[in-house]
Amino acid sequence: MKDSYRDGIIILNEEVARGIFKLVLDGNFTGEPGQFYMLRGWNGLDPFLPRPISIADVEDGRLTLLYEVRGKGTHIISRLSVGDSLSVLGPLGNGFENLHGGRLALVSGGIGIAPLLYLAKRRESKVDLYSGFRSEPYFLDEFKPFVDEIRVSTEDGSFGHEGFVTELLSPETYDLVVSCGPMPMMEALADQCRDKTELMLSMESHMACGIGACLGCTVQTIRGMERVCKEGPVFNSREVIFHD
Amino acid sequence: MTRVDFCGVEFKNPVVAASGTFGFGREFQDYFDISRLGGISSKGLTLNRKEGNKGRRIHETAAGMMNSIGLQNPGVEGFIKDEWPFMKDLDTVTMANLGGGTVEEYVEGARLLEKTDLPIIELNISCPNVKEGGMAFGIQCTPASIVVEAVRAVTNKPLVVKLSPNAENIVEMALACVEAGADALSLVNTFNALAIDIRTRRPVFNNITAGLSGPAIKPIALRMVYEVSQAVDVPIIGIGGIMSWEDAIEYIMAGASLVQVGSANFRKPDICLDIIMGIEKYMDSEGLEDLEEIRGIIGR
Repeated sequence: MKDSYRDGIIILNEEVARGIFKLVLDGNFTGEPGQFYMLRGWNGLDPFLPRPISIADVEDGRLTLLYEVRGKGTHIISRLSVGDSLSVLGPLGNGFENLHGGRLALVSGGIGIAPLLYLAKRRESKVDLYSGFRSEPYFLDEFKPFVDEIRVSTEDGSFGHEGFVTELLSPETYDLVVSCGPMPMMEALADQCRDKTELMLSMESHMACGIGACLGCTVQTIRGMERVCKEGPVFNSREVIFHD
Repeated sequence: MTRVDFCGVEFKNPVVAASGTFGFGREFQDYFDISRLGGISSKGLTLNRKEGNKGRRIHETAAGMMNSIGLQNPGVEGFIKDEWPFMKDLDTVTMANLGGGTVEEYVEGARLLEKTDLPIIELNISCPNVKEGGMAFGIQCTPASIVVEAVRAVTNKPLVVKLSPNAENIVEMALACVEAGADALSLVNTFNALAIDIRTRRPVFNNITAGLSGPAIKPIALRMVYEVSQAVDVPIIGIGGIMSWEDAIEYIMAGASLVQVGSANFRKPDICLDIIMGIEKYMDSEGLEDLEEIRGIIGR
């Protein structure tokens, strides 16, 4: 048996960039890079559904999550204080596999940077990080111990390369690329990496249950519709069908 | 005793996991002993397997949610081969929830199910999310009668017909289904509803409308269960926004023999167990021997 929803005690809930929060929970947590937790930071029936958030780090039973305030749920979570508790379910989904060895590039778009930190940390050798943001970058310092090179792009040119992060990457120089970010970015990356290198994608989707029951979070794959929460969230880009 | 006799089938308690919210049970066995359930209604089946809808499938609303899954399912044969053997081994009642696009599809699906030892068929004439989901049959009485009668002719199993709240008149619909041979009724399926993304200026869902469920609909669904239970003599399964044992008791007091718990399963995988234990405690504290003592009590 796995635990159903249980409490995590907040030991940090800090805004690290505009609308971006780092949350650390205490509560004997576990998890592999690429897995996620469902979070509920409120009582009552509204908001109705918990929120899926990917693991940014697990250490000594403490769970670190990075989230962007987007709607009602994340707004409520952002107002919680140290010592408050959150209701959490997880770890859920299948994480990244075979990450050791070879030359590895991590490519993030926005808040998609979160799961890549835990991956970089758990890998035996260093990686290169390519990080795209709309404007202000965040979370990059956390990567420093685990990376050889960090390259940053911003859409407004306020930091690093002006434009998209995919413009910085030469896929053929890597044995594997791992990415998490918005769908259009990951789709562009899939085109870019095709026939040049392997690409693993951590997918995002609107989700209700997080455990594979509602079939709400499916993506189209070469095997048919598959659940981001159960078969994913990590998929090989060759398996994902972005458009019919 | 929480035991309920429903169409000659014994349920150990009145709590059934609703179709489309519980898969075939597998995902939930990690979180609690699913044999504690009164029953499980399978994910909606169609004669042939379906991939389901593309695009957005889930949208949260105030105290509820909308879905447009589109009956993604392995088909009746796939269910019988891969899922029924698993469900059969559970110590709980399985209902096979059957949808269809044409009368022939319903009949063929029911024929296949009839050959198994499945205890109950729940006929879905109310899925709003696929053209072939059966909702066309769930709006007006005449098409509903035709499909219920046709399926009745090919099965001796207890036949539950799941009604849509989008029916033109839910009481007349209930009467028509019973007249056509339904042994019981379950109600309600989701409410046809709309959400718009104001940034894209487009509907959230590709199909424009989708099915609304959750506590937001509970008072309306409860009223429908009450009205139908006053009008028909067959047992009723109450469905709609049940989040707690108190909600379940309300449905029973309105006239339901069993209840189905749906969207609540998405908020907490072992919520059904909480509801079952809550009902047991309530019966203890109220000195109830049998739920029959309070069933339909508001209409007596």
